[in-house]
Amino acid sequence: MYKIIDKEWFSENVAKFEVEAPLIAHARRPGHFVIVRVGEGGERIPLTIADADMKRGTITLVVQAVGVSTRKICSLEVGDGFTDIVGPLGRATHIEKVGTVVCCGGGVGVAPLLPIIKAMKQASNRVVAILAARTAPLVILRDQVSEWCDELIIMTDDGSLGDKGLVTDGLEAVIAREKVDQVVAIGPAVMMKFVAKATEAHSIPTMVSLNTVMVDGTGMCGACRVTVGGKTRFVCIDGPEFDAHQVDFDEMIMRLKNN
Amino acid sequence: MANENPMMTAPRVEPWREELRKSKSARERASIPRVEMPQLPPQQRISGNMEVNTGLSREQALLEATRCMDCPDPQCVTGCPVSINIPGFIKNVERGRFEEAARVIRFYSALPAVCGRVCPQEKQCESRCIYHKMKKQPVAIGYLERFVADDARACGSLPEPTVPAPGAKKIAVAGSGPAGLSFAGEMARRGYDVTVFEALHEIGGVLKYGIPEFRLPNSIVDDEISALENAGVRFVRDCIIGKTLTRDDLLGLGFDGLFVASGAGLPRFMGIPGENLSGVMSSNEYLTRVNLMGAGLSGNDTPVVRGRRAVVVGGGNTAMDSVRTARRMGAKKAMIVYRRSEAEMPARIEEIAHAKEEGVEFLTLSNPVEYLGDDQGRVRAVRLQRMRLGEPDESGRRSPEPIPGAIDEIETDMVIVSVGVSPNPLIPNSVEGLQISRRGTIEVDPQTMESSVGNLFAGGDIVRGGATVILAMGDGRRAAAAMDAKLSAR
Repeated sequence: MYKIIDKEWFSENVAKFEVEAPLIAHARRPGHFVIVRVGEGGERIPLTIADADMKRGTITLVVQAVGVSTRKICSLEVGDGFTDIVGPLGRATHIEKVGTVVCCGGGVGVAPLLPIIKAMKQASNRVVAILAARTAPLVILRDQVSEWCDELIIMTDDGSLGDKGLVTDGLEAVIAREKVDQVVAIGPAVMMKFVAKATEAHSIPTMVSLNTVMVDGTGMCGACRVTVGGKTRFVCIDGPEFDAHQVDFDEMIMRLKNN
Repeated sequence: MANENPMMTAPRVEPWREELRKSKSARERASIPRVEMPQLPPQQRISGNMEVNTGLSREQALLEATRCMDCPDPQCVTGCPVSINIPGFIKNVERGRFEEAARVIRFYSALPAVCGRVCPQEKQCESRCIYHKMKKQPVAIGYLERFVADDARACGSLPEPTVPAPGAKKIAVAGSGPAGLSFAGEMARRGYDVTVFEALHEIGGVLKYGIPEFRLPNSIVDDEISALENAGVRFVRDCIIGKTLTRDDLLGLGFDGLFVASGAGLPRFMGIPGENLSGVMSSNEYLTRVNLMGAGLSGNDTPVVRGRRAVVVGGGNTAMDSVRTARRMGAKKAMIVYRRSEAEMPARIEEIAHAKEEGVEFLTLSNPVEYLGDDQGRVRAVRLQRMRLGEPDESGRRSPEPIPGAIDEIETDMVIVSVGVSPNPLIPNSVEGLQISRRGTIEVDPQTMESSVGNLFAGGDIVRGGATVILAMGDGRRAAAAMDAKLSAR
């Protein structure tokens, strides 16, 4: 069992867990994910690692209760544990100094974005973070993100926090005023699709992290396959990060919906 | 036991065997018809997940063992990838010494109850049986192996638990499938401190996630694992060598050797239009959901598509496992689509026969060229190119070629693609200096199973790219012998 040593609700249905998993905490890099399982009949689901503390031997997972398994996870308390956690899985984010990087996070996607923001900053990039959510209470990790970026822009659909509008509105505004060398987007598939569209028009290299359905997470099942540049790729071993301009988002959205 | 000469287990020259041979004439033995495996009736099979072959009774086993001529130069042994002393165990069955028979098999095979069920005996030991020359059916060696293993399980008590001696050399094994388990057993027997690391949350590899319950019950696999635990082997779940722990980490933890048996865990697809529609999946995904995750059973959260008209593409054992599973999961129509004819199918004859008995339809000389979806992105039909057989290809099988213009459209709501697997790339990608073939398999010395990296041995599908349980086990055995020789020579 992987013991939960801290839990915090970020919003009504988004919870943060700090979990004992010393080997994973030691091995993980930004961009990696884990597969978790709760209970003997539990489903295996992928979660991106939001943070890790090597000294404490813990990893941080941020979970949005949307389905059977994520609700089960969110009902766990400090002292409870995950039945299984395996990882770190996937390829780590490629981090280098490119100049100005805009990091777009939608909803719970801000959690896996945070370690990338940190790493991009540590690699001496100018980092602009755009956090987007439907409404103010759903904006998560605001303080942690602002600690690591040069500029923080918040967008809400209803204007209850930051500027009113979509993540792409904020992004277009940045692109209009300064040279952007790279964009990183993590969030709902639809959001990533529109970020990709926006940056493609300006030929700005853009990286997205995909969260598809997985069973084993090690390349074995192929449930996570996506079309990238006309070729079928496995998110679990070829990703989870891909060139946004090559991803067939419509196919991915369809597959997620039918699951 | 480790120092015993294998051929000395029940040698042919022992007086009891001579006596047994003289007790009945060859004519008498040959007049006995081959035993038929008792089976569940097809209707009962598809309403559940019970094992189809129910196993021989003691009386049936005794009679079948009597058929064996105890040849002076037994060819069956040469047909066995691990050279089991087959007459040695069969004659022990004939004289009613079942536990002795089990001891003989155990000497060669770590997983007799598994091999007795899933080995393609008709292509191995049984294909060499003297009875073929007499135009008769071979001795049912596979059924007898299974009988002996099951009988020993039913009445045997586990030996006293042992733990490795303090200071024993530490050996790591990556993967708990047949290669890993057989290697672990061999090394534990030689006194090593063995830890098996498994990526999944269950031990057993393909024996658990791949082969269905109706062909190999999980309880059989669990018993074999318990026996290994009892022999001092440690198992660590949720740990991926190459990811959670690297080879360098293992060296740092004091492991002297690593055996990589990570399997062929990467399904192939055909790259045809519509293959990523919902409802199209690999056999690995389908079987893992049902076998490992228990999809469809109450209390399990993992969902699975419940197709009414299932199409399974491929002609191997995994394709048969998938199509028979689909029948059990409620498919009214379950079809095998295979581009060659039935004669070229790599699946076991028994599997094909069982599938037919269970109502599976066979669309041979048919190759999918496109999947069609509905407006929700779900598969609704497959377009099949009709094929005919041309000249034999390099594998000796007649290669199929399309009949121009002959394309059928078949309605379906679930497609399972079972056209083979590639080696799992996680470990090959993670060890520097490891020689990898173009196919992605780890290159090893075929005698010792040692790789290009010091004290890293490998076996099973990560070396072979897709083979059988018994070949994987044989690799584990050879690797253990070679690693032991190397480590103890220092």
